[in-house]
Amino acid sequence: MDTEEYRDHPVRSYVLTSGRAHPSRNTLRPETLVRAVESRPVLSTAGRLERELVQLCRGTLALAEVAAYLQLPVSLVAVMVSDLVDSGNLTIRSNHQAHVLPGKDILEKILDGLRKL
Amino acid sequence: MDSASSDRTAPEQHLAPTVARSVKVLVVGAFGVGKTTLIGAVSEIDPLRTEERITTASVGIDPGQPNKETTTVAMDFGRITVTDEIALYLFGTPGQRRFWDLWAGLADGAVGALVMIDTRNLEDSFEVLDQLELRTKIPFAVVVNQFPDSPSYPLERVRAALDLLPETPIVECDARDRPSSVLTLITLVEHAMTFPVFQKVNA
Repeated sequence: MDTEEYRDHPVRSYVLTSGRAHPSRNTLRPETLVRAVESRPVLSTAGRLERELVQLCRGTLALAEVAAYLQLPVSLVAVMVSDLVDSGNLTIRSNHQAHVLPGKDILEKILDGLRKL
Repeated sequence: MDSASSDRTAPEQHLAPTVARSVKVLVVGAFGVGKTTLIGAVSEIDPLRTEERITTASVGIDPGQPNKETTTVAMDFGRITVTDEIALYLFGTPGQRRFWDLWAGLADGAVGALVMIDTRNLEDSFEVLDQLELRTKIPFAVVVNQFPDSPSYPLERVRAALDLLPETPIVECDARDRPSSVLTLITLVEHAMTFPVFQKVNA
């Protein structure tokens, strides 16, 4: 199952992010939940991928899911998501302070949930 | 025209609108040890895959030469909505040292890691365990994936062979089986609850 398919598109990646390799915020993780702000129209200057990204996020998804559906690396999608949060088109649905670990109360809820599966 | 979505492998499956929090667990182990199988067994969505290009230090090259190479690492993942408000993500990633750059960031904020072991290739696990113990403080549980043709060893023998700490949980699992795989997650979260770092309530 662990086949490593090789897909190379470094040039394309850089064009998509206007040459940037890092997002404008460092609180985005693969599990960060994002969602489109429906009242906010996408700028007319936005590219096709940005539009598709916002369209994908009409319901809540994690950053990694967005990356998988767009077939792009998570690091690249983090840059795009960050920009779209800045422009008001996306909102970060999940927590809070990104670098805070879940508390014991959260772990207890997770345990309860897992036991009911 | 919606050309980019036409080559998607699956339609997107959104989380329930009530979900406002996500947590993650890493599933680490050598290639072919059953990470994706376990993720697929418990996930509510078909496992998804992303690929990341990372730069790795070449091994066995003249140390005076800063020799790096770029490689592509696949990460398979799935999710479980465990309560109305919380989604648990499982990220499967190879655990070897050369992939460290990728999962150093991944381990950040994780509840813990399931370290999957194949008793037929125990030595493949040493490097993964070393990385976890030396370079992270995250809780982990060892999962012995029972392949049909793998010899069954008493868990205490596997524990000794892997030189695990007495408090580190070790469980057997059939990664194809949902209840068996869910049990490994329960074991891990129970173990994580004993870690002081998670004691703080920050709801």
